[in-house]
This record gives sequence, C-alpha cells and structure tokens, in this order.
Amino acid sequence: MKPESMTSSERLSTAMSHREPDRVPFLLPTVMQGAREFGLSIRDYFSRPDLVAEGQWRLRVRYGHDALLGFMYGAVEAEAWGGEVIYREDGPPNAGQPPLSGSADIARLEPPRVRDTPCLQKVLRLIRLLKDRAGNEVPVFGSVISPFSLPVMQLGFENYLLLLHEQPERFEQLMRLNEAFCVEWANAQLEAGAGAIAYADPVSSPTIIPRALYLKTGFLIARRTLSKIKGAVATSFASGRCLAILDDVVQTGTVGIGASFLEDLAAVKAAARGRLTVMGNLNAIEMRHWTPAEAEIRVKEAIAKAGPGGGFVLTDNHGEIPWQVPDSVLLTIADAVRRWGRYPLDWI
Amino acid sequence: MESPLDQLESALLSLDRVTVNRVLSEASASPSPLTRIESLIVPALERIGVGWEEGSVSLSQVYMSGRLCEEAVDAILPPSDDTRKSMPPLAIAALEDYHLLGLRIVYSTLRASGFSLRNYGRTDMNQLVAHIKTDGIRILLLSALMLPAALRIKELRTRLQAKGCVPLIVVGGAPFRFDEELWKEVGADAFGNTASDAIAAISRLAGVLP
Repeated sequence: MKPESMTSSERLSTAMSHREPDRVPFLLPTVMQGAREFGLSIRDYFSRPDLVAEGQWRLRVRYGHDALLGFMYGAVEAEAWGGEVIYREDGPPNAGQPPLSGSADIARLEPPRVRDTPCLQKVLRLIRLLKDRAGNEVPVFGSVISPFSLPVMQLGFENYLLLLHEQPERFEQLMRLNEAFCVEWANAQLEAGAGAIAYADPVSSPTIIPRALYLKTGFLIARRTLSKIKGAVATSFASGRCLAILDDVVQTGTVGIGASFLEDLAAVKAAARGRLTVMGNLNAIEMRHWTPAEAEIRVKEAIAKAGPGGGFVLTDNHGEIPWQVPDSVLLTIADAVRRWGRYPLDWI
Repeated sequence: MESPLDQLESALLSLDRVTVNRVLSEASASPSPLTRIESLIVPALERIGVGWEEGSVSLSQVYMSGRLCEEAVDAILPPSDDTRKSMPPLAIAALEDYHLLGLRIVYSTLRASGFSLRNYGRTDMNQLVAHIKTDGIRILLLSALMLPAALRIKELRTRLQAKGCVPLIVVGGAPFRFDEELWKEVGADAFGNTASDAIAAISRLAGVLP
C-alpha cells in the first residue's frame, strides 16, 4: 500500500473542499472510551479534562482517525443552564431533570455566561490541551447543541413540542436566549482552538418535525446563529433523516451534513455533491456485534456510495460510539478505511 | 370526496382539532364508541405510524396526533368506561430513561385505541419489579431511548422470573429501530417499530397468554 501523504488536517480540508485527498478521512467518535485507558468511571474521567485529552490522544494513536474531539457529553449544555446530569457506568451522561419546569419559567430565564460556568470551562480546557498537543496536524472539533434543539433538555421533549406548537411568543423568547448562548459558546470553543464546530440539531430533522415547520423555525434559527459563529460549522441531526431538507440546510451556511443510517448514503451524497460534505453513516448500535467481515463490508459500502470525488468523511450516524462496541470492531473499521479508502477509488 | 378516514388522517397531520372533532362527531351514527374508534381512529393512527416508519411523517406529528385522538376518545369513551377493551392487565414504562416522549406516544395511541393501561413513567429496576408484581401485569410495554437502558431489560427479565412474574414484554424505541436483533437479545417477546405496532403485538400476545 502507498504510504499516506497528508496530515489529518490536510486530508479533511481537501475532502471538505470537494476534492479527493490521499484517502477517505474518518472519525470514530469514541467520546467516553478513554475512561478505560485509566481504569476510571465515566464520571471520574469527565471530571478531568487533562485525562480526557490524554484519552483522546491515545485513542487517535490507536485508530488513526483524523480528528480529536473537544467534546465530553451533550448534557453539559443542560448542566450549564442549571439542569441535572445523570452519570452511568456504561453509557454517556444524560440530561436528567430539566432546568425549566414549564414554559412559564422562560420569562425569568437568564442564559449562562461561558466564562462563569465551570462545566463549560472544563470543555474549553480540554480543547486547549488538545490543540496544544495536536498543533496544526490534527483538527480539534468543538460542538454545540442548536438553539432550536436545546429545549429538549431545557424543558423535556413533550413540554417542548407543546411550546413549539401552542405558545409561539414564549418559543421565540426562548430562541432569542438560546441563540445568544449558542453563539457565545461556539465562539469560545473556536477561540480555545477548535478548528470547526459540530452543530447538533436533531429537532430540525424531518424525523422529528415536518419540513414546513422547519422552514419557519429551525432553519431561520440556524441561519441566524451560523452567521454569527466565527468558524466552519457542520450540521448533525443525530441519526435523524436529512434528505427532505438538504437544499434548505445548504442555505444555513453550514459546510457539512450528518447522514442517517435510515437514508441511502448514495442519495445523500448525490444531493449534497459539491455543496456539503457528507458525514456518516455507520450504524453504531448494530456495530456492537459486527464480525470483522461485516465491519469491512459496511466500510466498503459507505466508501463506494459516498467516497468518489471527496466531500465525504466516514463516521458513525449519531456522533458517539456506544461504550459496548468492542475495540476489535473499531480497529477493523480503521484498517478497512486504510485498505479501501485510498484515492483513487479504482476498486469501485 | 375524501372518506372520513382520509379527512381524519389529514386533520391529525395538520393538527386541526376542529376537523378531528367534526369527523368523529359525524361518525356518531356508528353503533358504539369502540366501533368508531376501531373504524376511524385506529386506522388513522396506523397510517400515520406507517408514514413515520417510511419517513414521510415526523415524530411531532405522531405525538400531536396521538394527543388529539386521546382527547377525542376520552370525550366519547371516558377512562372508567366498562366498554374499553377488555385485555389482560397492561402497563407501560421507561426503564432508567429520562426522555419519555416515545412512552407518551405509545400510551396516547393505546388509550386512543380504547385500551386501558397503567403508566409507570420513568422507573428504576426495583420499582418496576414491585409494580409488576403488585399489579399482576401480564403484558409490559417498555420504551427505551438509550442503548444502556435497552440492555437493562435483560436483567429485568431475570429479576422478574426470580420473583415468579412472567409478563410478556413488548419493547420499542430508537436502539431497537437501529438494531433489529436487539429485542431478542434482551429477552423481549415482541418489538414495535411504531406505536401502532404495539397494538398488533398486544393483540397477538394476549392470544398466547396462558
């Protein structure tokens, strides 16, 4: 095999410019698996940004993927707003009791300031440590929950859907607060050294709301928010579908889009070609019991569907590899990308 | 002209409460509330469930449709009405999962379809085992959003067996949608991709209960 000729940063940058780099870039979002490196619980691991940085580094050495994750857990934003975080031994920390008990609480709500919020400062320290170590060779990705999707954790999903459908004024009030926070939080991560921001917006997916509602809500919010974020942003729908709104998503100013396992990757690539980099779409839930042969087939399938022409990053379809996925499967995936992802993809 | 079923489906998807109530009241010539429910509401929610599975209908529409139907059904068939479907004791719960939208959708759909069932909401393993034993639950529906919560169902099954409880278990939620073998792995008796699938599963399992 020809040796790889690009750094991870060069590889990603070339792919995201819709050209073919030396091989398909890939990312295994092993966010919590570094805890195993130190024999720590997930809770203790995430209390130490220095250990998370070291864990991220070791996992990148092991798998050889093309980015470092300046991210700990999505619920950190709920925590910043005063919500509860629930830790467990075998999965990511989740948002528990929401900070708002109902929509009436929105009137007295004040957004957290990034500089005064310890849980956010912990993430910024992680990003700084990763950036110091990686320099310009490997990009560090930051992450925000979109202003439109954050209320699932601020209010609970059911209360949020009722707010969205039945209380337009309070909804708008909450969006104004969330947009200000999201912009401040994204820009703080960019200043700390993140090379790009993942904008997690699952509620905007047609899996969750119809396109007509998206155009009146999540779309406008994304366009306003992304215009104020001072760096590249890629949009993820966290396993949700995207095809029905892909043309709209292009207009939000994002550079990338997460593809769901529920949609044909070739169709997403065809729709996004030359406009958005497609990221996806390995099924990380099923990955738990893949054999080496299955893992290789899935990697080959994804590369064949979306690799030609660049504009593709192979990753999972949600943004987080479950704790239960064996290391051997992840190593097989990494080997398969190195074997089958070399450009030109003349085996297809 | 659109059939009453088409009108109801369309009104549910556009959250048109007035038309939902009008279609159901115009069908009041039907001999019993349950007949109206079974001939209109159940098929409308089934169609919406199929749309969700195929990607043409969103989760917010599924949720709001279930709520509208639940309201309408409570008006024509109060929760205590003896004519609600006679079934073995049923319950629904989310084991150690904080996000209850999936549970709420299935609960609404079942109630809107004339079923009577207990809703334990979010619960931990010990509470759930105690509830099932006390209430003599024969069919248990479990909703999971996170993979670790789904995997805990295997332990629940073992704990229930140790207590001499053997309810049939129907599971649903994102991890089961993404891994079609997972429901068997955790020892469930059935899996539902949509809320309407739960109705079919309950009806089938009720027929095989000892």
